[in-house]
Amino acid sequence: MSEQTTHPTTTPAARSGPDTDQTTERASSFSLDIDRRNVRDAVRGYLDRLRSGEPGALPSVLGLLVLGVIFYLVSDRFLSANNIGNLPGQGAYIAIIALGLVFVLLLGEIDLAAGTTGGICAGAAAQALASHGLRHGIPGAGALYWIVIVAMVAAAGLGFYLRAITGPVIVLIGVVITLTGLDSRPVFAIIFAVALGAAVGIFSGWLVASVGIPSFIVTLALFLAWQGLLLFLLNSQPIGTNGYPLWYGLAHDNMSPFWSWVFTIAVVGGYLAYTIFKSLRAQAKGLAADTMQLVLVRGLLIAVVAIVITALANQNRNTNQFKVINGLPWALTIPVMLMIVCTIALTKTTWGRHLFATGGNAEAARRAGIDVVHIKVTAFTICSAFGALGGVFLASNTGGAQLDLGSGNILLFAVAAAVIGGTSLFGGRGRPRDAIIGALVIVIIPNGIGLRPSLPASYQNLITGAVLLVAAAVDALSRRRSASR
Amino acid sequence: MADPILEVRGLNKSFGPVHVLHDVDLTVYPGQVTALVGDNGAGKSTLVKTIAGINSLDSGEILFEGAPVTISDPSDAAKLGIEFVYQDLALADNLDITQNMFLGREIRRFGFMADGEMERKARETLTGLSVRTVSSVRQVVANLSGGQRQTVAIAKAVLWNSRIVFLDEPTAALGVAQTRQVLDLVRRLADQGLGVLLISHNMNDVMEVADRVVALYLGRVAAEVETKNSSVTEIVELITTGRSGNLGLAPATANESI
Ligand SMILES: Nc1ncnc2c1ncn2[C@@H]1O[C@H](COP(=O)(O)OP(=O)(O)OP(=O)(O)O)[C@@H](O)[C@H]1O
Ligand SMILES: [Mg+2]
Repeated sequence: MSEQTTHPTTTPAARSGPDTDQTTERASSFSLDIDRRNVRDAVRGYLDRLRSGEPGALPSVLGLLVLGVIFYLVSDRFLSANNIGNLPGQGAYIAIIALGLVFVLLLGEIDLAAGTTGGICAGAAAQALASHGLRHGIPGAGALYWIVIVAMVAAAGLGFYLRAITGPVIVLIGVVITLTGLDSRPVFAIIFAVALGAAVGIFSGWLVASVGIPSFIVTLALFLAWQGLLLFLLNSQPIGTNGYPLWYGLAHDNMSPFWSWVFTIAVVGGYLAYTIFKSLRAQAKGLAADTMQLVLVRGLLIAVVAIVITALANQNRNTNQFKVINGLPWALTIPVMLMIVCTIALTKTTWGRHLFATGGNAEAARRAGIDVVHIKVTAFTICSAFGALGGVFLASNTGGAQLDLGSGNILLFAVAAAVIGGTSLFGGRGRPRDAIIGALVIVIIPNGIGLRPSLPASYQNLITGAVLLVAAAVDALSRRRSASR
Repeated sequence: MADPILEVRGLNKSFGPVHVLHDVDLTVYPGQVTALVGDNGAGKSTLVKTIAGINSLDSGEILFEGAPVTISDPSDAAKLGIEFVYQDLALADNLDITQNMFLGREIRRFGFMADGEMERKARETLTGLSVRTVSSVRQVVANLSGGQRQTVAIAKAVLWNSRIVFLDEPTAALGVAQTRQVLDLVRRLADQGLGVLLISHNMNDVMEVADRVVALYLGRVAAEVETKNSSVTEIVELITTGRSGNLGLAPATANESI
């Protein structure tokens, strides 16, 4: 897929249409930078961008609304607080795997193994808890433990050699955790799972970026291999995780109403403060910026939605009266926090900029002095580490490490989530936000169908497939429009 | 005339048994456009790549402001203030103009990118080059015309207080109006005191924008002429036969090369 990262339509010859220069001539001298964008311009600009092939979040949000209406007609329980409150727990693992995939998709690569990597990582963590620390040996496959340790140390060394730092350090932390037996405690077992994921990512990133095997093949091989490895790790016995409150809580527990408000106020307040500050400073310095009006309208919209959601979430939503369920689910707040961190990493750091550049034109990135191999390895490392965390959330949601944990359609659903959200498979275009919105679309389909027992489950994949196709068609059509301009 | 900013003396370059460049001398003056012309395969790109440090040189020396320098990779050249605009431009289409101009050399504050500062500098650079065809430095490069893309690539090269800019066929894929813009830009670079080396196959462009012309014939410098004392016919003759009147390679050398 990396061969297609260069947009086919952007060769100079294809772009030098007869009237291009007159129009730009009239626009002249940064006129767009000097005029401040107010709400009307922003709306018009947004419509222009829609028409010119950057639909942004619109298709996925529209899709979400349409599906919401359909399922409301299917069952009035769909919009009940209880049901909505369950959605994050059911979809967090897809959101997290998709978040990681965004980094790889931005490069125009793919990681088919993110799901099964999550399987082996969560499986190893579950085994660590069940057998009171992995260092006692994996039941039925004692030597496997040392193979895993050697592989992790080797992956860390490889990571350092490829000039990565954070990834290999996390891998080594994981090694220390398991060698000291800390992995018999849930928190550390989960950290170990993430470290194991990072090790896998360094390895597959190296195979793709340095050895030069197409990522499709590398990760297809791992997708298959990890399904076998998982059986060894679990000694062919599913391991339940509901007995560990922390693990169970990831997909089922909520923040207290107080902390829910703290979370919402911190996120919304931080967003407002940042955008307002940025707009003020940019205007003071004469930079391209949105007007205060636009910043406020957008910020208030987000604030209102967030506050309404928090207020509703803080009501008791349990249908049985003996236990109160309220607050924002951890399965919502953790992915949102990860999304914020990912967004900052991608848009505010040079590493993120270089990742976009590599995905847009690897040759240009190389000539600009960017270490393309390093960028690719780090992206795969992040993807696999997020896959591992996704596997942990999946196990939490389904009650434990099953023998097929992370396999099947899971990875494909995560890819679909990223694409439905607006991330391009050709590289260079995508946002962490896409993963979250797309995952919501993916998860409400089985949820909605499940509410009407008379509807066969076979509708689930049918509808998901149709939604994905529509999303991909929107993407393709808008790109073709932007190409034919 | 000012002192040369870059001098190449007696440069030889072979690829295995193929001797591509023979004792090439080349001088670039600040404030002047030096055109490098020659037929396909004459060795123009090889010469530029050798100066850029992409190819190693077999013998000969490179003087920067009179002092000998060794350039073993493109970053050495960048440190001296020598920038190269390759024909295939190498811009990331999904990034905007500012982001492309600063790619690989982003300005940072407290570990994060200083986008505002980069945007301001990008605009200053484009303004300094009297570029009027770009409406926003926040425009994505994919949406630019060929001429605008070329402009961005050139602006990127001069952003870094560069002293010399090498341009490999910057107008090859452009229409009439856009060629005009790029040639004007090339001229302005020289007027601002940079040394400019322009590779081109278009003799009209060369006559119009260049101060001096170096004609390469089968890896040898056939002649170096001033455009105001020369003509298209003479230069074309130098390119195709290696000599013109009493200018150029001695008949023996010219024939021997073939
Ligand atoms: N890496 C290489 N290995 C072997 N021969 C090479 C190599 N690079 C260039 N050459 C040879 O050197 C000669 C000069 O090539 P060069 O690309 O410099 O020509 P040019 O003057 O730039 O031509 P054009 O106008 O077509 O761009 C050619 O005969 C070419 O085959
Ligand atoms: Mg050439």
